Amino acid sequence: MGRNRVVVYPDWCKGCGICAAFCPKKVFAVGLDGKAQVVNEEACVNCGFCEPHCPDFAVMVIPENDVPETPEPAPTEAKEETL
Amino acid sequence: MTAPRKKHREAFLLGNEAVVEGALAAGCSFYAGYPITPSTEIMECMAKRLPHVPDGVFLQMEDEIASMGAVIGASLAGRKAMTATSGPGFSLMQEQIGYAAMTETPLVLVNVMRGGASTGLPTSPGQGDVQQARWGTHGDHPIIVLSAADVPECVEMTVTAFNFAEKYRTPVILLLDEITAHTREKIDLPEPGDFEIFSRLTPTMPPEWYKPFEETMRGVPPMPPIGSGYRFHVTGLTHDALGFPTSRPEEVRALTERQFRKIDRFFEDIQLVEHVGTADAEVVVIAYGCVARSARLAVRQAREAGVRAGLLVLKTLYPFPRRHVEPLLRSCRLAVVPELNMGQLSREVKRVNEGHTVVRTINRIDGQIITPSQILKEIA
Amino acid sequence: MAEITQLIHKYLRHNKKFPLVFCPGCGHGIVLGSLVRSVHALGLNKDDVVIVAGIGCSGRIAAYVDFNTVHTTHGRALTVATGIKMANPKLTVIAVMGDGDAFSIGGNHLIHAARRNIGVTALVLNNFIYGMTGGQCSSTTPEGAYSHTSPMGQLESAFDIVELTKAAGAAGVSRGTVYHVKELDALVADALSRPGFNLVEALTPCFTQYGRGNGFKSAVEMFRWLKDSCLPIERFEKLEDRTGKIPLGSFVRRDIPGLETRYAAMCEGVRRKKGGAA
Repeated sequence: MGRNRVVVYPDWCKGCGICAAFCPKKVFAVGLDGKAQVVNEEACVNCGFCEPHCPDFAVMVIPENDVPETPEPAPTEAKEETL
Repeated sequence: MTAPRKKHREAFLLGNEAVVEGALAAGCSFYAGYPITPSTEIMECMAKRLPHVPDGVFLQMEDEIASMGAVIGASLAGRKAMTATSGPGFSLMQEQIGYAAMTETPLVLVNVMRGGASTGLPTSPGQGDVQQARWGTHGDHPIIVLSAADVPECVEMTVTAFNFAEKYRTPVILLLDEITAHTREKIDLPEPGDFEIFSRLTPTMPPEWYKPFEETMRGVPPMPPIGSGYRFHVTGLTHDALGFPTSRPEEVRALTERQFRKIDRFFEDIQLVEHVGTADAEVVVIAYGCVARSARLAVRQAREAGVRAGLLVLKTLYPFPRRHVEPLLRSCRLAVVPELNMGQLSREVKRVNEGHTVVRTINRIDGQIITPSQILKEIA
Repeated sequence: MAEITQLIHKYLRHNKKFPLVFCPGCGHGIVLGSLVRSVHALGLNKDDVVIVAGIGCSGRIAAYVDFNTVHTTHGRALTVATGIKMANPKLTVIAVMGDGDAFSIGGNHLIHAARRNIGVTALVLNNFIYGMTGGQCSSTTPEGAYSHTSPMGQLESAFDIVELTKAAGAAGVSRGTVYHVKELDALVADALSRPGFNLVEALTPCFTQYGRGNGFKSAVEMFRWLKDSCLPIERFEKLEDRTGKIPLGSFVRRDIPGLETRYAAMCEGVRRKKGGAA
């Protein structure tokens, strides 16, 4: 767990809060600057919600098997929560 | 314009049918329209002919706005496309005329003028759409407006309309009137080679270098058909050289100025007129459309009666052929402008008149033609 | 998952200004993403895809993607799309319209495009409001909803886009939302790959102009509303109380060849007959 990398592009983020509100693992929070921030990257399970739901293409999740030096396979448990 | 004529097939055609002959000779392969009197024969004839033309497409749309939309779409996809309409339909088309002018989309629109405002006189002639053809759509925009006075001219001016549209990337309006459209005359059907046919320039540079609305020598940027690998943006918003919306004053100005300049620099090519005995004239009749035919006879009769009368037939109405009209206004003591309206082209004549001559108008708005004797009375 | 964003970046125009012009939380960007993923999934060449957009917020989508893009006048996207498709049937033509665009000013064009089944995909971004002009009611604003031109609540009833398009004879009609993105992707891809006129209604919240005036506290809340009130048609039909519920999915899938195909067949017949006679 916890080896997915989560990136927010602050230039493109408008701080709508969709990622923060719907992330099943509370990976995001909207910061004081009005932009989404990654606050709990460890918890990311790569469920696939945030990327297609970001209206501004400002969120990117690099799954753990794409991150160099990652031994374990990705968990899939949270899939259902996204519909 | 015409090369030496070879052996031709003859036909006895309506002006409206002659428009179709001209369009097909010019390479038109797309027609979209909505039926309206007195232009309907153009549409009916196209419906029969276009399925026989390679890749020819005929569409009856749900209204005139849609007709113009389809024509614009087809033109963007590389076709020579046209529509035809009459008064009320012409009013509906104004929105899309503006879009075509703004996006510099070549197309030909034939407006067969009928009498009156609104539904008016659907089966009678009129010439009341002249100013609307120039300024009907909102905002500053360049446009070319042509007219034809008889059936052979319907062929010739339709070809010219397509050539201008393609050469200058602009909508071209061909104004006919009910009389010209519904007169049946013997004509020589056009054969390949009769007319010089112009097709739009397409870009040859690599797609990534292409700027769709760039300033060029002629002011007319090359235009690739959609789907040919040049992916670009077309918008009715004021746009920069790449076609993206802009409101930067310098870019807005550059766009509008280029759009005007691309027409203004070629007045010599665009402004077509016919001089009949104007060289020594002291009285000149300035006419267009069916009225020009009456004027032709009136001027001949005036000559026979000893009046030095001349006739200037305007084939191009806009850009207004000032360079032909102004010298005549200086050399003649009287200019007569007969029209089937309350005075629309005469406004242009008066505008370029610098007080050298008297401009008299003959206006008829009762759905009847201006007769030769009516004109003769004014000039003799 | 990273490939999703990377993929979209590959289809965006890099000479355009980003971020998108839309308000925070506007669903239009999500629809744009859905469109790009569908085009990619079908393996279409960028050169062969044409986006024809109308006027309004939805109209701004066209400029951002690296396809052939045409931003037309208000309500007329389908007319231009029809011309393009008939002129070059090889192209994949997608008309992107808003609710006001497609069903108010362009309503006539829409029913006729559906009736003649021109091979165009219509993507209608329904946000129940005129967003760009500042929040006036549209023909899909629900009865009773507030807007700047229905300050006492909308008196008129709203169009059901799906039912209307279905009745007009479209080959395919479906509805998705920007909350149910994966389903939306599938609906758009399906519409793009089928012949005839296929319409996808995408419900997309407009918090700025619609939500604020109608009791939503944030864009997120509007997404929650989509999540709670929309459900697949199969489940919707089993409901006893359907009040406030919106069915999603594919409502019509008729096999009707596009007008361009029928027209080409007609022309071929005409020419063959002529050739035989001569």
